[in-house]
Amino acid sequence: MPSELVTNYFRTETLPHIWCPGCGNGIVTRAIVKAIDNLNIPKDDVCIVSGIGCSSRAAGYLDFNTLHTTHGRALAFATGVKLANPKLHVIVITGDGDSSAIGGNHLIHAARRNIDLTTVVFNNSIYGMTGGQYSPTTPTGDKATTAPYGSIDPNFDLCELANAAGATYVARGTVYAVNMLEKVIQEGILNKGFSFIEAISTCPTYYGRKNKKGSAVDMIQYLKENGVMYSAWNKMSEEDKIGKFPIGKLYSKERKEYTEQYQRLIDSLGKERN
Amino acid sequence: MPVKEKQSLKTNTNWCKGCGICVFVCPKQVLAVEDEKVVIKNVDKCIKCGQCEYHCPDYAIYLEEEK
Repeated sequence: MPSELVTNYFRTETLPHIWCPGCGNGIVTRAIVKAIDNLNIPKDDVCIVSGIGCSSRAAGYLDFNTLHTTHGRALAFATGVKLANPKLHVIVITGDGDSSAIGGNHLIHAARRNIDLTTVVFNNSIYGMTGGQYSPTTPTGDKATTAPYGSIDPNFDLCELANAAGATYVARGTVYAVNMLEKVIQEGILNKGFSFIEAISTCPTYYGRKNKKGSAVDMIQYLKENGVMYSAWNKMSEEDKIGKFPIGKLYSKERKEYTEQYQRLIDSLGKERN
Repeated sequence: MPVKEKQSLKTNTNWCKGCGICVFVCPKQVLAVEDEKVVIKNVDKCIKCGQCEYHCPDYAIYLEEEK
C-alpha cells in the first residue's frame, strides 16, 4: 500500500514510475504534490501542464486536471488554459531542455507577461529521455553524448534568466533540500503572477555516468554540500562562491498580472458596447 | 503536527529501486539496502523525522498514522 499522500494525489495504477533508480524527478513531483496538499487546494482547481522529456512524464502520474503537451510548448498551452479559466491554479512541469532550449521563447514571454502560472523546472543538466545530449544548463566543460570532449557552451542560469525576463517570484531548490523546495513551490503557487522555481534534480544514468559523478547518493551529497541558502550566499566572498550555488527564494517583485489586465480590457470594451 | 508515537514506518518494496537515498538521508542509520530493496534494520532507533519519505523518489517508504 502506498502512503496517504500518494493514494490521494497520484494515479497509483500507473506506479511504479519509469524514472531510473535514483532519479530526482520523483522527489520533485512529491514536493509539488505536498505543496498543493499543504495549501488545501481542491484537486479540481489544479491543472498540471507538462511538455516532453523525463520530467514531463510527471503529468501522467498525477491525479489532477492534467495536460501532457508538445516539446517546449507547455507554457504556451498553460497560457491558454489560464486565460480560459483564470480561477485554476495552473502548474507547469518542465525540464531544463524543454523550458530553456525548445521552449526558451515561451519561457521568456510568459515571464514578460507576468501571467499567473507556477513553473517548476526539473533541472537535471541533460536530456535524459533521448539519451544524454547536452542541454543549455549542462555546465561548461561537462560531458554528454553530444559533447564527448566536454561542452564548450556557457550554461544558462535559469533563475537569472526568468528574473531578467520579468518573473515576479523566482526560487531555486534541490532534491536534497526538499522541505525548502516544498516551501518555495507553495509560495510560488500563492504568488499572483509568473512564478519560476528551478528544482535541481539528479540524473545518475546519463549526466552522472558521463561525468563520473558517482551514484545517486553521491549526487545528492554534492547538492547537500554546494547548495547555499541565499541569505548566507550574499555574505560570501567571490572566492568562496566558486563551485557553489544559491538556493531558496532569490527574487520577488510586484508587477501587473496578465489575466487581470485581460479581464479589465474585456470589461471596458463590454461597457463601450452597452 | 501529528503525534509521532502514533506513526509507524512502512515500506512498499514492490516500488523500491534500491537507489539508497533513504539510507543516506536517515540521521539514525535505521535503513539498509539488501538485494536492491530497502530494509528497516533498526526500527527502535527511528525518530520518525520523515526524511526517508521526503527523499524517496519511488514513494516506497513512508510514515503511516496508526489508527
